Amino acid sequence: MDIHLTINDIPLTVPEGTTILEAARTINIDIPTLCHMKLHEMHYNNNIASCRVCVVEIEGRRNLASSCSTPVMEGMVVKTDSLRAIQARRAMVELLLSDHPKSCLTCAKNMDCDLRKLAAELGVRTIGYEGVESEFEIDQSSSSIVRDPNKCIRCRRCETMCNEVQTVGVYSAMGRGFETVIKTAFDLPLSQTACTFCGQCLAVCPTGALTEVDQVDKVWKALNDPNQFVVVQTAPAVRVALGEEFGMEPGEIVTGKMVASLRRLGFDRVFDTDFAADLTIMEEASELVHRIQHGGRLPLLTSCCPAWVKFFEHQFPDLLDIPSTCKSPHQMMGSLIKSYYAKTLGIDPKSITVVSVMPCVAKKYEAARPELGQSADTADVDIVITTRELARMIREASIHFDHLKDQEFDHPLGESTGAAIIFGTTGGVLEAALRTAYEMLTGEALEKVEFEALRGMNGIKEAVIPIAGKDYRIAVIHGLGNARTVLEKIRAGESDYDVIEIMACPGGCIGGGGQPYHHGNMEILKSRAAAIYREDRAKPLRKSHENLAIVALYKDYLGEPYGERAHQLLHTSYTARRKI
Amino acid sequence: MCNSDSPNEFAQKLDNFIDSLPNKKENLIAILHYAQEIYGWLPDNVQWHIAQKLDIPSAKVYGVVSFYSYFTMKPRGEHVVNVCMGTACFVRGAEKLKNELENQLKIKAGETTPDNLFTLETLRCVGACGLAPVMIVDGEVHGKMHEPQEINEVLAKYRPEG
Repeated sequence: MDIHLTINDIPLTVPEGTTILEAARTINIDIPTLCHMKLHEMHYNNNIASCRVCVVEIEGRRNLASSCSTPVMEGMVVKTDSLRAIQARRAMVELLLSDHPKSCLTCAKNMDCDLRKLAAELGVRTIGYEGVESEFEIDQSSSSIVRDPNKCIRCRRCETMCNEVQTVGVYSAMGRGFETVIKTAFDLPLSQTACTFCGQCLAVCPTGALTEVDQVDKVWKALNDPNQFVVVQTAPAVRVALGEEFGMEPGEIVTGKMVASLRRLGFDRVFDTDFAADLTIMEEASELVHRIQHGGRLPLLTSCCPAWVKFFEHQFPDLLDIPSTCKSPHQMMGSLIKSYYAKTLGIDPKSITVVSVMPCVAKKYEAARPELGQSADTADVDIVITTRELARMIREASIHFDHLKDQEFDHPLGESTGAAIIFGTTGGVLEAALRTAYEMLTGEALEKVEFEALRGMNGIKEAVIPIAGKDYRIAVIHGLGNARTVLEKIRAGESDYDVIEIMACPGGCIGGGGQPYHHGNMEILKSRAAAIYREDRAKPLRKSHENLAIVALYKDYLGEPYGERAHQLLHTSYTARRKI
Repeated sequence: MCNSDSPNEFAQKLDNFIDSLPNKKENLIAILHYAQEIYGWLPDNVQWHIAQKLDIPSAKVYGVVSFYSYFTMKPRGEHVVNVCMGTACFVRGAEKLKNELENQLKIKAGETTPDNLFTLETLRCVGACGLAPVMIVDGEVHGKMHEPQEINEVLAKYRPEG
């Protein structure tokens, strides 16, 4: 049923059930919000109306109403811009600021903070309220995420993300009244919980309460150490998002400028994690074939995503034998740099620093996992920075990013195919695997390399792909809540899938917790995904096994895919963890 | 609360109670009530156990426990002394009563005596306004508690003899 109302004297008609906030947006009236966030594609709806910033005046009602939670009614007369509404809104922000650290100048969220931006937009010049200020301990226990509850405005976006979308449930509101704060169970440091470090909480946090562990200075130190040979690698999803940090349109591909900026920053070699993605396909496809031929357990689950890995270690410790044993691509790359490439150069692996630029904060935690390295003091990857941190380094170095001339990755670990680039978005790993598996199993050339059924933002995508007379049942899952649904079926013996790709972040790595903030705009993620597929189409080679550098690597160094040396360098094991 | 069962028997009793419920997840608060009744308080490991049993995040259990003032995450003494701080009791000297109890027990409200005999707490109106100010020991209401001597006599009833 249609509802007729006026907002700021403008008549409009909207479907029943629409909120005042949504109705106003259809006529380009943007009522400010802090707690409200709806990400349709992720089935994320934080609708608790706690911040009261979106209040409006409704004719005939005594009290102001929160527009995010009030549905429209026939004949409603709404004022979003009355003096009373504006003053109330400003008062709400002042109250929030009265219990908020005033360290905005040095806050990690600074220019990305919704609260700071709103205070500016509402013209808050003084804070008319003085009262108690919360004093909470800052949680710096993990390698990925810093929690500063002093900056928390209790919007509960993180809690909704963690509980409802990811079903990890690390956060919950504790206490009541002024003392309410979002905490972990029993006040445990994040490092001792089942947190997967996917970073989706910090991707939706409006303030600096949740931020990544800053590793920029560690990189500067390595770059300025004359005894260190510093190698950098960049994940597929970084090149389609980094431009946003420099005012470019979402989805602009900046691979060449990114490589040029990394050389300008002083890295000795600029390699591409895409090379290792091609390598992952070789290993994972071989592992699948091995399992099929030797009666191994199916389905095979991909293991590129460290947040997903930590999720199944905590939530499904009884299923540790089904994920692939392949290390994630950047760990494979680190391992190769410190073995194969160190040998090629004739330098001690200990004097090589490997830096990964990732769209992800979980990769920071992953790099610190003790089993991922050749020995206790030689980790595969030494430092992980996010897309955002790289942008900051480029700014710190006064590099004019959009004026850089495009450059190419270094050889040989910078060679890659279109199959590797699509790792950056949901469905990409399996599509890449199918391009190779098809040719491995049939011995015929695959003409149409695009598998449309695996693309798009659906949380669980399924397909049956016939290869060499057998039907392969495959699924692509993104978002950990969707992963849980399917894992529970596997546990109950109700699944007949052969292979499943799982990524923790909705959208895959393009929507990673280390990417430029999307501020609730899902179109940005879609533009990044489209750019990934554009980059794939532009590549002369689009199948991993056609990567000549990969062929040479197996011939000269690794031997057989899934062979002994490959196992030693490119595979790993998992640990059962407690659910808390 | 005055239970001589061993911790293992507590856990068994709690599990039996949870298993007897048709809709476990909807009954979190009832389960927490029961757990506090047998353990006397809600230690972290009991909350964690309930979370596992109900297959819900421990943070959620902890959130509920921290929200309701009835639930306690600190061990309580054998006897719980409550002072009503409701309006009627307050105007009739609840503050003085609380101070006197703090004096006699040598603890502050919210604390437990070193011998684990008494825990002192405050609560809001118990509906015995005609008897204000009141103190409640293990659920038993003692009214018109003005004189230190009377207060001492009430406490003495709960102390072990000799």
